[in-house]
Amino acid sequence: MKRPIIIVLFLMLLVACSKSEGGEAPEYTATPLSLDVPAFFQENILAPVIPITNPLTEEGVALGKKLFFDPILSADNSISCAECHAPSSAFTDTDRFSDGVNGVLGNRNAMPLFNLAWNFDERFFWDGSATSLEDQVFHPITDATEMANTWEKVIGALEANSEYTDMFLSAFGEGEIDSLKVARAIAQFERTLISGNSKFDRFLAGELELTEAELNGRDVFMDETRGDCFHCHGNPNNPLWTDNLFHNNGLDSTFVDLGLGRVTGDPADNGKFKSPSLRNLAFTPPYMHDGRFATLEEVIDHYSEGLQNSDTVDPLMKKVAQGGVQLTEQDKADLKAFLLTLSDDEFISNTAFREQ
Amino acid sequence: MKCIFPFLLLLATLGVSCSDDDVSGQVAAQVSLRFNHNWDGEEFQTSNFNTVGYANLNGEKMSVERLRYLISDVTFESSDGSSFTVEGYNLVDLTNETGLSYQLSDSVPVGNYTNVYFTFGFDNEDNQNGIYPDLNTALWNVPEMLGGGYHYMQLEGKFIDSTQTETGYQYHAIRAVDNSGEELVFEDTFFQVDLGPVEIQQNSTIAISMNIAEWFKNPNQWNLNQLHSMMMPNFEAQKAISQNGKTVFSLEGVFQE
Repeated sequence: MKRPIIIVLFLMLLVACSKSEGGEAPEYTATPLSLDVPAFFQENILAPVIPITNPLTEEGVALGKKLFFDPILSADNSISCAECHAPSSAFTDTDRFSDGVNGVLGNRNAMPLFNLAWNFDERFFWDGSATSLEDQVFHPITDATEMANTWEKVIGALEANSEYTDMFLSAFGEGEIDSLKVARAIAQFERTLISGNSKFDRFLAGELELTEAELNGRDVFMDETRGDCFHCHGNPNNPLWTDNLFHNNGLDSTFVDLGLGRVTGDPADNGKFKSPSLRNLAFTPPYMHDGRFATLEEVIDHYSEGLQNSDTVDPLMKKVAQGGVQLTEQDKADLKAFLLTLSDDEFISNTAFREQ
Repeated sequence: MKCIFPFLLLLATLGVSCSDDDVSGQVAAQVSLRFNHNWDGEEFQTSNFNTVGYANLNGEKMSVERLRYLISDVTFESSDGSSFTVEGYNLVDLTNETGLSYQLSDSVPVGNYTNVYFTFGFDNEDNQNGIYPDLNTALWNVPEMLGGGYHYMQLEGKFIDSTQTETGYQYHAIRAVDNSGEELVFEDTFFQVDLGPVEIQQNSTIAISMNIAEWFKNPNQWNLNQLHSMMMPNFEAQKAISQNGKTVFSLEGVFQE
């Protein structure tokens, strides 16, 4: 008998709250946009993270894309985000360290950009120092080794450009252009960068067969007594191919770069870096946070024979005293063949992700 | 101001309409399970991770760097033999401090239960390959070459080995599988954890503690020097882990809210 009372009261609430105060004009809303999520992502893993403070809109994504490819964000108008995050390289570049506006080199390898909306802990960068995609945008624009700009100059340049003032109006309604809107627009564009059509994806969908070498490579990857890659880099039930967590994978016995430890201040985190996705490795050399390995062969050799011990080396790094998991040459070659099946040619040629 | 009056009225009415249940007539209660951890009685939290200072029964100094485990199908058993099961699972992750409190999805009929128990891991009916998106997201899967499904536990850290070297261990629990022949041969290693009698009269939290040291103690005194790695495909190791798990959990208490 309580239910009718509750329903009546809720109706009262609705009536009382539905009118806008004082007849103000309704808030501007851009055109909502849904992510084009592959079906097997929807079936196998949790839904992507879209902040309620920054919903995707057609106008927001279009603005973010324009900003991403525009050198207007850099101090001397010389580089855009795409300079170090090029579509043809799965949104990274081919350099070990990328050069900023004055040719100054950074100290980390540029990360590729895809499937970022499924980073559920929302810790970005090799060291997790950015706590959302929006937060991430703030770093390169003012970093002296990257775009070396000031927000005052960025906003001034955008406000002086009528095309941008129109686009910000369309994306976010009335109000001044500010750094948060720039960050939100770029983050929206970055969330649309979805890679889900590799050879292995098509194999899982039953559209093609893998070679014997690729199948053995998959088994090396999934075998705890051989590669044991799956504990950090995932398995066919998860299309991300990363745990998005931080590990010390035995690169060094002493650390020049503390990685996560610099961010948290916890010595137990020293030498830990984010596990990168293994998608699109064909397009993303060199490898590791400092780009020390030019080839996949070097990466595999590292896990097989090159591990260095340290206080924080991950327990999942097996046989550290022997240098690693000691793969045979055949297993190494097959593992590489499998890893390359995770690369997605359609992603790097998708015109929706290219500068128009 | 327009919104407040009816909202207050709603709250007041709800309060009046529900309060008489709390006195005597409550028929069902919200129940949470709280998972605490200890090392032979000494409280063990995430802040205790990474310290290679905990001695196991075999005398090896060891640390914990990662601890995740799954429990499922919490069941309330009455003296007449009937039982009430809340289907579902919870991944306890002490590393990231998630899943330490598990709110059961169904209300539990109030009563005196002769035993409350849950499954450590998944029973075979629930342990289907790849069907839980949240567990796939957590990379909790077992490779298909070992039968698929999901891990039951990942306990990892370092120990001082016989050469005085800090060495990683991976104490992972899954369904035991013998993959030495043409066909995979399985043996069940999930098990029932009995908490004993529990009285539920109102919304309650059941506090449970895992003694991590017990995994290395009883009935199998674990020698990490002999076995610290690659346990997933090790049929005998999985059976031994399951045997040791039967005594790791205990009921700390039931706290009425």
